[in-house]
Amino acid sequence: MQNDTLTIAGKQYSSRLLVGTGKYKDLAETKAATEVSGAQIITVAIRRTNIGQNKDEPNLLDVIPLDKYTLLPNTAGCYNVDDAVRTCRLARELLDGHKLVKLEVLGDAKTLYPDTIQTLKAAEILVKDGFDVMVYTSDDPLIARQLEEIGCVAVMPLAAPIGSGLGIRNPYNIIEIIENAKVPVLVDAGVGTASDAAIAMEMGCDGVLMNTAIAGAKNPVLMASAMKHAIIAGREAFLAGRMPRKRYASASSPIDGTFF
Amino acid sequence: MEILVNGTPHIIPADTTVAQLLVILELQDKRLAVEINQELVSRSQFDSCVLNPHDTVEIVHAIGGG
Repeated sequence: MQNDTLTIAGKQYSSRLLVGTGKYKDLAETKAATEVSGAQIITVAIRRTNIGQNKDEPNLLDVIPLDKYTLLPNTAGCYNVDDAVRTCRLARELLDGHKLVKLEVLGDAKTLYPDTIQTLKAAEILVKDGFDVMVYTSDDPLIARQLEEIGCVAVMPLAAPIGSGLGIRNPYNIIEIIENAKVPVLVDAGVGTASDAAIAMEMGCDGVLMNTAIAGAKNPVLMASAMKHAIIAGREAFLAGRMPRKRYASASSPIDGTFF
Repeated sequence: MEILVNGTPHIIPADTTVAQLLVILELQDKRLAVEINQELVSRSQFDSCVLNPHDTVEIVHAIGGG
């Protein structure tokens, strides 16, 4: 398993778990859960700096240092192409020319479902502008293919709505996307617990990106550990190739040599 | 002159640069990115970029998110 790495935009990662940094109770918990998860790619949001408040307030980048992790700034909260592109350009400046971004253009506040038409437009602009775009999208195989054709470095269909924890609601679409793709396919959003992550990996996903499943657990640090193991277990099971399903039993112990 | 910083009006001296604005706001040592009127201002331009009355300035940083 040592050589089984995830390659995104030419860079290799040993962990196939990507985690967000939202919804933790404090930065200490963010730090602990992120470390325990073993994740190397960490999503962050870009927001207004507080003006005139405590200037010594601790910063996220103090606990998620740039020399230790690959940061993945997102465009969460963007509902149109312009806001998403502006956010990515600000992120690139903020992170010294860093090109890797997570594009999401949302269509609706209730479902946080991606607006795939706007997402396609934004992806096209960002790819032309030199960004390495990991793109959050629906589980529509045709949209996933178009996003790949535009030049996105990874396609990230949702398992279920963001923060819902419902698990993979449409596994056959995810499989269809994986089978058609030449770029990494990561399930992003909707994972609720470790088995969901393992199932995604057993299906052949290249990785899983999650936030609420860890941050929203009663014990986030312990869940981060569970997710780390689930991703590894699911990946190994995928590579091992599961046994075929059978309708009837087949004895594990030999019939020959029975003495009764 | 008056400018808008992160949605809030601020009175600053005429001919203030972006670098000087960050000192006024006590943000000079922070890792952040700046936009004026929706146009990105790179860090190398902070010393030379002079603000104009009624400019809309956005100063952003990285926070927790998924």
